[in-house]
Amino acid sequence: MTGPSGPSGPSGPSGPGIPGQPTFPSRGGTGAGPGPGPGGVDPGALDPGETLALTTRGTAGPSPSRRASLGSGDAPSSDSATGQAGSPGSVGSAGSVGVTSGGWEPGNRRPPWHPAELFSPARLRLLGVMVLVGLLAAVVTGRTGNSDKPLQAAWDSIVDPRIVLFLVLAVALWLVVVLGGELRALVTRLATPVRAPFATAYGRRGGPIGLNLVLLAVAIIAPLLFSTAAQQSMVNDIGIYALLALGLNVVVGYAGLLDLGYIAFFAIGAYATAYFSSQTAMPWHAPFTLNPFFVFPIALILAGLAGVILGAPTLRLRGDYLAIVTLGFGEIIQIVANNADSITNGARGAFGVPHLSIHLPGIDYTWGIEPLPYYYLLLAIIVLVMIAFGRLERSRIGRSWAAIREDEIAAEATGVATLRLKLLAFAIGASVSGFAGVLFASKQFFNPQSFSLQASFFVVAVVIFGGLGSRLGVVVGAVVLQGLAFYLRDKVQPADRYIYFGAVIVVMMIFRPQGLVPSRRRRREIELSEAGIGGADALGPAPTGARP
Amino acid sequence: MSRGGSHRARRAGDAVAHPSDPRGTGAAQTVPGARRPSVLDGVGGDPGDLVVEARDLSLRFGGVTSLDGVSLRQRRGEILAVIGPNGAGKTSLFNCLTGAYRPQQGSVIFWPQPGRPAELVGRRPHSITRLGVARTFQNIRLFPALSALENVQIGTEVRQKYGPLSVVLGLPHARRAEREGVHRAVELLDLVGLRHRTHELASSLPYGEQRRLEIARALGTEPRLLLLDEPAAGTNPAEKRDLAALITRIADTGVSVLLIEHDMGLVMSLATSVAVLNFGRMIAYGPPAEVQRDPAVIEAYLGASADAATSAAGPVPTSSASAGPTSAGPTSAGPTSAGPLLDDAAFDGDAQGGPGPGSGPVGRKELG
Repeated sequence: MTGPSGPSGPSGPSGPGIPGQPTFPSRGGTGAGPGPGPGGVDPGALDPGETLALTTRGTAGPSPSRRASLGSGDAPSSDSATGQAGSPGSVGSAGSVGVTSGGWEPGNRRPPWHPAELFSPARLRLLGVMVLVGLLAAVVTGRTGNSDKPLQAAWDSIVDPRIVLFLVLAVALWLVVVLGGELRALVTRLATPVRAPFATAYGRRGGPIGLNLVLLAVAIIAPLLFSTAAQQSMVNDIGIYALLALGLNVVVGYAGLLDLGYIAFFAIGAYATAYFSSQTAMPWHAPFTLNPFFVFPIALILAGLAGVILGAPTLRLRGDYLAIVTLGFGEIIQIVANNADSITNGARGAFGVPHLSIHLPGIDYTWGIEPLPYYYLLLAIIVLVMIAFGRLERSRIGRSWAAIREDEIAAEATGVATLRLKLLAFAIGASVSGFAGVLFASKQFFNPQSFSLQASFFVVAVVIFGGLGSRLGVVVGAVVLQGLAFYLRDKVQPADRYIYFGAVIVVMMIFRPQGLVPSRRRRREIELSEAGIGGADALGPAPTGARP
Repeated sequence: MSRGGSHRARRAGDAVAHPSDPRGTGAAQTVPGARRPSVLDGVGGDPGDLVVEARDLSLRFGGVTSLDGVSLRQRRGEILAVIGPNGAGKTSLFNCLTGAYRPQQGSVIFWPQPGRPAELVGRRPHSITRLGVARTFQNIRLFPALSALENVQIGTEVRQKYGPLSVVLGLPHARRAEREGVHRAVELLDLVGLRHRTHELASSLPYGEQRRLEIARALGTEPRLLLLDEPAAGTNPAEKRDLAALITRIADTGVSVLLIEHDMGLVMSLATSVAVLNFGRMIAYGPPAEVQRDPAVIEAYLGASADAATSAAGPVPTSSASAGPTSAGPTSAGPTSAGPLLDDAAFDGDAQGGPGPGSGPVGRKELG
């Protein structure tokens, strides 16, 4: 006994550890070691940090708990065992448990509006960053300079009285960031019952139905208040991009696959429309002519097929590689469309694709040049797609996607056919994109410019900005970003517009990485991965999005 | 391809060649002592009784040999424990059985039902799971941002067939299947005692409950063979007792359990057979009491110290009472004197290097 315990004698905890042993059942099996040190480790309050300590213990030195459980069967030997095996482990683990429990304890912190708390170095630094961003925004939105005096314009912008507005905005934003967490916590504490993170076990709704109806009503009424140009933009930019973003959301948001060539499927849908529904739009055309409505299923299948063909060999790749391959695919499609003069009419694009029209006994309607009818058609389609994807998300398929995102290896081991499900997400996303392509083309004119890399990036930006995995979020994202584009149309030179997009997205990613209207599941994942839990165990984080 | 072919040939001759074949290939080359082949023979007398048989598995990573001709048989309904020092290849064996790794050599045959053999090597993990082999992980791998219920649902819904169209259209059979999945998941949460945690995030559960949740998720896939990778690691004595009861209950429902565990008490009280791996080779196989007495095991695994005996007697109350004293004899007579404790021997087995019978590669990382 003395032999083994000798070396460990000087290290304090081993001593108290042995007398403490008879009380082992009360230690709650946290494996906190026999050390009396931090004590008071509530078994119920085991937090992830502690589990980490336990894991290392489990492999490296599980001896204390086992020794403890030996009881008094063989007193001398077990004593010595505890003395030796217990002490090194207990020193380490007691320390770590102490740290973690200290870190997680709410304690009696000062309220965040307390001056000492408000003006902590970190927050002052944040204030400084805000002010700098404000100054930058003032310069960017200020007068355009000339090459003779490149700095004159910048200086003028800063001394301009407008600067006050930017500084006020900067401070306001800072206050929101500093106090926002507290306010949000207060709101959620008041709004949600303590122990009901989800509504029910069964069919959980995507959101409160009342709110959805209000939003729908707004979407129906809003275009009536705008000018024709605005309505045109709502169809061409917002509506189409909302639909595209909904489709891409399945790929990026649900399945966690970064697709940078998403617009290619949109192009496939558009060119399919031109091919099947018109003899004149492109040099290459079908021997028959179809109503664009009948092209919908064709484009759906063609784009889905293209998705499968592209996905089958590439979905085995992880995150970044997939992004590169899809990027290449998007470029190939656009360049082919741009250069195949004898097939696609090249850069001039397709002209005279017929409008959508219904010819049925009793009903004879054509969607003409007027934007409003198109808008309502798009709105109906978007609502249907949102409902459909909501069901998908809450089904076994959506859960499997979530599982793949969070831990692909565990998902595979639980029997989820990961490759097939990823392919499914890819195909569904592509189909929606192709569908949107038909709508886009049936407005008579399009050219390959619409299928540029920039458009692909823009859809990705809309999805991330709106909120990965959130259907409402991506639609709101499309409204906000395209609305911004429309607002800037007359005010800023076209070349400068992307500066604003960039700034908005950068600010967004810094302060609200989960997006404008995040999905609950995705927000939890982001929170967990920031706490080092989600994906920390896997080969890497979820391929995209989870780590802003 | 060629491997598959040779295997098929083997399987065809199964009924006749079965008892002799594995002994000829796997056993003879792995066993330094003459005793063990007879033990393995005793296990797999009747092929119809087996649930899984690994034949001559070899797994190498570059120059490192993780598994070296391991053969293993498990009877239906049996709790088989695989023990061995760290780096002995236990988790590699699991990964080969579940398709996470593909061994360079050897085959694994699994009988979901008697008389219906299926080759596991070369299949993807999810298809192995669907055949009826479920597993848990040594380092818990739940879906952290999903609720406990959703975690188990992933498992229970694995065999459901309905596609996206039925979901979108809300077809009755899809709804029914979904409800059934939830029901089964709730039942399983009940079984593992996590009903009160149904809607909590998996990551917010305490460690022991996460382990049980992982078992529930694995059970959700309706396995015929359940692989538990150190289910008791990091749990306290009370949780260990619960866990032992749970594993017994699972085995009683007809699920065969293959268990990696370092806790000797748990192993001795639960397992109907024990296989001992060291340096990627199986050095012993048999009933717990016999394995405990096996000199090769004591030499290689138990570290031949007096403490080995006490630990082998085990903390779990249901432990076989005779195990301690019987094994005490050889152990106390062991060569090393002041020596390493059992834990050191068991968990730093690689560090000892020399005594290993195969003198195989040292310093290997445990995988998985």
